[in-house]
Amino acid sequence: MRTIAILEYFDFIRFDIIWNYRELYFRGLLVTIALTAVGYTCGIILGLLFGLGKMSERKWIYYPAKWYVDFFRGTPLLVQILLIHTALIPTLFGHSLGFFVSGSIALMLNSAAYIAEIFRAGIQSLDKGQMEAARSLGMPHGVAMRQIILPQAFRRMVPPLGNELIALLKDSSLVTVIAATDILYAAKVTAGAYFRFWEPYLFAALLYLILTWVCTKVIAYVENRYSTSYIPAKRRRFFMRKHGV
Amino acid sequence: MDALVEKLPFLYHMIKVIPYLLEGMKYTLIITFLGVAIGFVIGAFAGLGRISNSKIIYAISTVYVEIIRGTPILVQILFIYFALPDLLDLNLDKITASVIAIAINAGAYIAEIVRGGVESIDKGQFEAGDSIGLTKNQTMWHIIWPQAFRRMIPPLGNQFIISLKDTSLFSAIAVVELVYQGKAYTAASASYFEPYFMVGLFYLAITIPSSIILRRLEKRLDV
Repeated sequence: MRTIAILEYFDFIRFDIIWNYRELYFRGLLVTIALTAVGYTCGIILGLLFGLGKMSERKWIYYPAKWYVDFFRGTPLLVQILLIHTALIPTLFGHSLGFFVSGSIALMLNSAAYIAEIFRAGIQSLDKGQMEAARSLGMPHGVAMRQIILPQAFRRMVPPLGNELIALLKDSSLVTVIAATDILYAAKVTAGAYFRFWEPYLFAALLYLILTWVCTKVIAYVENRYSTSYIPAKRRRFFMRKHGV
Repeated sequence: MDALVEKLPFLYHMIKVIPYLLEGMKYTLIITFLGVAIGFVIGAFAGLGRISNSKIIYAISTVYVEIIRGTPILVQILFIYFALPDLLDLNLDKITASVIAIAINAGAYIAEIVRGGVESIDKGQFEAGDSIGLTKNQTMWHIIWPQAFRRMIPPLGNQFIISLKDTSLFSAIAVVELVYQGKAYTAASASYFEPYFMVGLFYLAITIPSSIILRRLEKRLDV
């Protein structure tokens, strides 16, 4: 009874329009999570390839990798989604394969470019003495890369990879333009049906905030476990506040 | 040109779309420059608020930064364009709404850049300012800010590029920018690859030179 009374007090906010479309929001939540997960996982694999390609000394590997990264980092994701959904896939297959395929391919290709740069930066930030030491022990380049360089580099990549996951999660909202039924789509439908904009969009923002918050917590946990970087930021902020800066 | 088009028919739409895209480019650039400039002002205040002593200022700026950084910009845009006029009972035209959206979004990211820049300054600088009798504000303005600003330039440039790409989302509220023009052309010509590819090239024409300039600047500033 009490909860109903409280809801009535806030009756200028219409909770019922969210409730009526709860299934759409739930579906949107699943679609957003699935798109992000697929795009991110495939993006990491593809990104590793392009990251290694960008460090290659062979020109025919280096330049395609560089062009790929420059194109996908230099153009808006929206353009990429439209290109893939309306031009690339219909050309290749003769018909559309639905929003999920185009959406996850676009997110995958986009995140791969950013992740490639993360990999490159992570590997190049290692002291080159590590590679030289491994090579002087007689390891071939590939083995040294796999057993010496990559394990160390991965730990440095954990924080930026976490940032990329959150960025991708938010970027996945763009697939609404190809009518993917994600969270934002649910909000748009609700807004269109009731011609009320506050509740649906605020609720969509809330759902995204919850998702990013969960991601942040998971990333913080992973970072604590695996990252080598000491994390003085909190302590430093505390110090600065104490000293009145 | 006609002979060239006859030999390479796919060039036809690529060339025909250019005037439309130039028209769209105008709005893209206006919104980006205005939005990032206002966003810098917002971000400077919010960033300094994030390292403020005052709990209230700290809380306000933290809530602002966390909310904006935690939600997709498309949600923010739709919210500002559709929901905000509802509440404030005003008429927002599309361009103003776009500039506000970019400013508010970039402001939150710039706040973190400002905070990072200021926090990266050695604490001895604060102490030195303190010990020669400067007030906190004087230390901040005369000693910390000039040094921190140099370090902020590369990430600020990155934010400019990100905001430029974010303006593509304003096609969702029918602002006549690059993507909207590209979309309109595809609808009229029923060719999809060429117009969108040209839209991509138009963005690259700004982002790649900007990032090259940024890299040079970074080297020159030696940060």
